[in-house]
Amino acid sequence: MTAVADPPAETTAEIGKSRLRKEDQHLITGRTTWTDNMSLPGMVHLAILRSPMAHATITSIDTSEAKKRPGVIAVFTGQDFAETQGNVPCAWPVTPDMVNPGAPSLAVTQVNHVGEAVAVIAARDKVSAQDALEAIDVEYEPLPAVLDMEAAIADGSPLVHPNTTSNRSYTWAFESGAAGTGAPIDDAIASPEVTVTRRFIQQRLIPAFMEPRSTVVQPIGEGVTVWSATQIPHILRTMLALTLGIPEQKVRVIAPDVGGGFGGKIPVTPEEIITTLVARRLGKPAKYTESRSESLMSAHHGRDQIQDVTITAKRDGTVTGLDVHLFADMGAYLRLVGPGVPLLGAFMFPAIYKFPAYRFVCEGIFTTKTPTDAYRGAGRPEATFGIERIMDELAVELGRDPMELRRQNWITHEEFPFTTVCGLTYDSGNYEAATAKALELIGWDELRREQAERRERKDPVQLGLGISTFTEMCGLAPSRVLGSLDYVAGGWENASVRVLATGKVEVVVGTSPHGQGHETAFSQIVADKLGVAFDDVEVIHGDTQSSVKGMDSYGSRSLVVGGIAIVQATDKVVAKARRVAAHLLEANEDDLDFEAGSFTVRGVPGGSAGSSMSMGEIAFATFTAHNLPDGMEPSLDSDATFDPENFSFPHGTHLCAIDVDTETGRSTIRKYVCVDDVGTPINPLIIEGQVHGGLAQGIAQALYEEAVFDDAGNLTTGTFVDYTVPSASDLPSFTTERTETPATSNPLGVKGVGEAGTIASTPAVVNALVDALRPFGVNDIQMPATPERVWRAVHSGAEKSDRAEGGTTAYGGASTGTSDGSDAKGEQL
Amino acid sequence: MIPAAFDYVRPDSVAQAVSALAGAGEDAKVLGGGQSLIPVLRLRLAYPSTLIDVGRLAELRGVHDDGDAIVIGAMTTHHEVMHDALVGEHAPLIAQATETVADPQVRHRGTFGGALAHADPAGDLGAVALALDCEFVATGPSGERRIAAADFFLDYLTTALAPDELLTAVRVPKLGPGWLSHYEKFNRVAQAWSIVAVAALVHRENGSITQARIGLTNMGSTPLRAVAVEHALAGADASGEAVGAAAEHAAEGTAAPSDLSGKSDYREHLARVLTKRAVLAAAGS
Ligand SMILES: Cc1cc2nc3c(=O)[nH]c(=O)nc-3n(C[C@H](O)[C@H](O)[C@H](O)COP(=O)(O)OP(=O)(O)OC[C@H]3O[C@@H](n4cnc5c(N)ncnc54)[C@H](O)[C@@H]3O)c2cc1C
Repeated sequence: MTAVADPPAETTAEIGKSRLRKEDQHLITGRTTWTDNMSLPGMVHLAILRSPMAHATITSIDTSEAKKRPGVIAVFTGQDFAETQGNVPCAWPVTPDMVNPGAPSLAVTQVNHVGEAVAVIAARDKVSAQDALEAIDVEYEPLPAVLDMEAAIADGSPLVHPNTTSNRSYTWAFESGAAGTGAPIDDAIASPEVTVTRRFIQQRLIPAFMEPRSTVVQPIGEGVTVWSATQIPHILRTMLALTLGIPEQKVRVIAPDVGGGFGGKIPVTPEEIITTLVARRLGKPAKYTESRSESLMSAHHGRDQIQDVTITAKRDGTVTGLDVHLFADMGAYLRLVGPGVPLLGAFMFPAIYKFPAYRFVCEGIFTTKTPTDAYRGAGRPEATFGIERIMDELAVELGRDPMELRRQNWITHEEFPFTTVCGLTYDSGNYEAATAKALELIGWDELRREQAERRERKDPVQLGLGISTFTEMCGLAPSRVLGSLDYVAGGWENASVRVLATGKVEVVVGTSPHGQGHETAFSQIVADKLGVAFDDVEVIHGDTQSSVKGMDSYGSRSLVVGGIAIVQATDKVVAKARRVAAHLLEANEDDLDFEAGSFTVRGVPGGSAGSSMSMGEIAFATFTAHNLPDGMEPSLDSDATFDPENFSFPHGTHLCAIDVDTETGRSTIRKYVCVDDVGTPINPLIIEGQVHGGLAQGIAQALYEEAVFDDAGNLTTGTFVDYTVPSASDLPSFTTERTETPATSNPLGVKGVGEAGTIASTPAVVNALVDALRPFGVNDIQMPATPERVWRAVHSGAEKSDRAEGGTTAYGGASTGTSDGSDAKGEQL
Repeated sequence: MIPAAFDYVRPDSVAQAVSALAGAGEDAKVLGGGQSLIPVLRLRLAYPSTLIDVGRLAELRGVHDDGDAIVIGAMTTHHEVMHDALVGEHAPLIAQATETVADPQVRHRGTFGGALAHADPAGDLGAVALALDCEFVATGPSGERRIAAADFFLDYLTTALAPDELLTAVRVPKLGPGWLSHYEKFNRVAQAWSIVAVAALVHRENGSITQARIGLTNMGSTPLRAVAVEHALAGADASGEAVGAAAEHAAEGTAAPSDLSGKSDYREHLARVLTKRAVLAAAGS
């Protein structure tokens, strides 16, 4: 037992330490392996011809010229794969009668949105493939574009899909009276003392991850190895097997370094299926990498809801009912979890408030636009916006302070666990504590005084103060709950912990990162649980061959589900190690203390020979297996699959102070303070990073970003010149703090943090803006609240906040035609 | 996002560049820093047969003093312009406007002359060149000629440069004492183009404005001078009230575009507000 390589490293508590991320070594120094970096012998490069039409019948495609172009190996259209391509999978049939008209990867007879794939060219190099696109001749017979959700479900609307009878895919409803989780909504609505109804618009957003999507497929015998810029290697594996009829055991999926996702890499994509089809048809490895322009118009979009929200209350401010009706734009097709995204919001509209009655109805609607699916927060930002905006409107209606009104109605910390009107049980929380801290940090009362003063003297720069006291449900998800929502998969997570001969540790986990810092956080947990050094832990993920089982990363689940699977696996490792230690120390297992990586016989003075063994020593003894307890397998390695009993419910109070220049309409966030409660922190630095990025994206929805389509269904915000993603210079320095109310539903006490900032911040900003503009008669402003919209709102009282239509400002301010490929046949951007 | 194929020529001198340009025919394009041209090619909005790369010609880079003017080589990068001592001394308006152009990466590659030759009305330097009454030096097969700023910008992305001419330098007249300037840009995010911007030059004496020159960015298909404002400012008090009244004329004679960043009525309003702010900031009141 002398062959242990290193002495046990010094270990102090890792959980709670603000460690720099170990993965950043390669992620931010250009040493990454993106999918697009892959190069395989004999690999062909693909370019995809995309529809310039929002809605049209394909009357003919002539690929003969393209096939003659230099370097071109093959050209395929939807007809070539009509029998084999199946449908891009949708895993969430939210109602038994949900209409899913099917989604071909390559359009066969009809195109239903601009940017839909129509043909694919395989060539010796990328440039040849790209150059040959213009030689494909497609004839389209135009059909009317279907762009407006309400018009789409009105009588006589043209149908997006000819094999349906309506553009309504589904209607999903929840009502607390019927569900037995609260009072009937009709009673609340029938005799309210006060009612406020508002329509809020959740504009379309583009996830805009940094690394464009890319897929490499290598056919191997009957099977394939697939590298893809995806959040979901495991689900992709299963879905590719099901969609293309490849035996699942013959499919290996690798998500190498993945450069961001924000939900944008959650679905199985047409491009993944097309690349697989071509590689298999040609018997050669194939690579497809999208351009930024293709990404913006073809990768799925997010949000895009019309929310009709009614709140009822007593005159004393007590809320009595909440009635929500949504129209949710599915776009042209149902993607992997697209139909379910609004439902993740269904349970969040009541938020932190004690509503006795609640109704939620959502209609999923087809239009001839890019399909929608998850985008950071998925359903919960929309819900949080709806409730936090209407609470402000109710406060105005009642003449109450908006924070006071919230306080009157929220769940107090003594009331946890609390079962809400939609049947969710919030395990823990302390809204009072987070709010008190936030108010203090921002200097709320002082800002209110300044606001009054500026109003008084009619300062052209007005000050607005906005609140968002939010909660969210994350850590997707208890499998039973998913089942009750008709999701076709579970929400468990799998991990194994392997102890190597030298005492180093490998952790294999089924979550799959794309920038979050899993390697660091998981290493910290394992270091503490096993008493090994942080650097001695290696995290392995993102390859279905090494990480055999998993449910991947989305919905702030990696730590709260995957991390707990890791904890459970380490518990099993410790139990096995205890058995070995007891045997070798000739002690009773119950008499061993385990601390800082060593088992010590209780009561024996420390340091005396034969009284203690380190994890490294036990690992080596298990490796040699010379002297193990009778009948024990010579291994400490352990697996665990964890299915959470409940969601986790992060919460927090976000406050925003915004300066609004009423002369130009420009709004500038002066102070942004948030106090988030994400339970026990594993790595505060990573938490801050997640919150900062989340805030940027939530603020972007409030002030900057919108996917705009013209009347013909062309995306006019088709470049980053028009789709204005803010950068650090556009954002204030955030004040981020925490309260710590541990989750009771998992042994670490952790709650997810990946989405919190995005979910909370949008209404805080819009509430602040509207607060600034109330003296001008403004009670709502459409997002993004561009300077032009703000100016129009100021100058016309209320809702005259249209954004200019048409055209694009790409390449310098004046219209240069749309940049979505719609202007020239075969033009590829 | 891959440009169509083109031939590439990299001449060693202006003379070679001019003859290469003359020889390459109608579809040839001059390449400077590539910050506007390359995106256009990548989006396949243009298909030039030949690119003549003059971006690295040393004789086109740098700023020198030429008596009553400073001369900025056409291929001097934005970054160099911003930090040039002569520019700082004689034309701080150029430095200030250049600082608002794009982001550091673009400013390290994009050039002063390239931006002006591109003649995008949303670009920040055209209005500045107009206000400063710059002269553009063009070199073609028949030699060199000078074009007044007022005659340089013809239309959207169109200048008085002949297809066989290179922009080689821009002459910036030195302003005498008493001239003050300010560039006021309004855009949506930090690295974005101007929705509207105003370049203000004012000559101030004893609390009043004796003369003013106002350039407008993105208020028409070319950069414009706000002539009516200039008239109204001549002899006006450098007070908020007087300047505000003069600035009310800012949208006169403009033809502001309507696009995603703003409809023309909003731009007209911005032109008035920003002109007032720019003039007051320049005049230091
Ligand atoms: C992301 C981004 C943001 C930007 N934001 C701004 C902004 O806020 N404000 C702003 O003003 N600009 C902005 N720009 C534009 C930038 O200023 C110009 O792209 C750049 O300065 C053009 O110079 P260049 O040397 O790169 O020209 P190139 O791109 O090489 O050429 C531009 C045009 O000028 C012609 N040309 C170039 N040199 C000559 C010459 N010597 N003689 C004759 N013709 C010539 C070319 O043929 C071409 O038509 C932005 C650009 C980008 C990419």
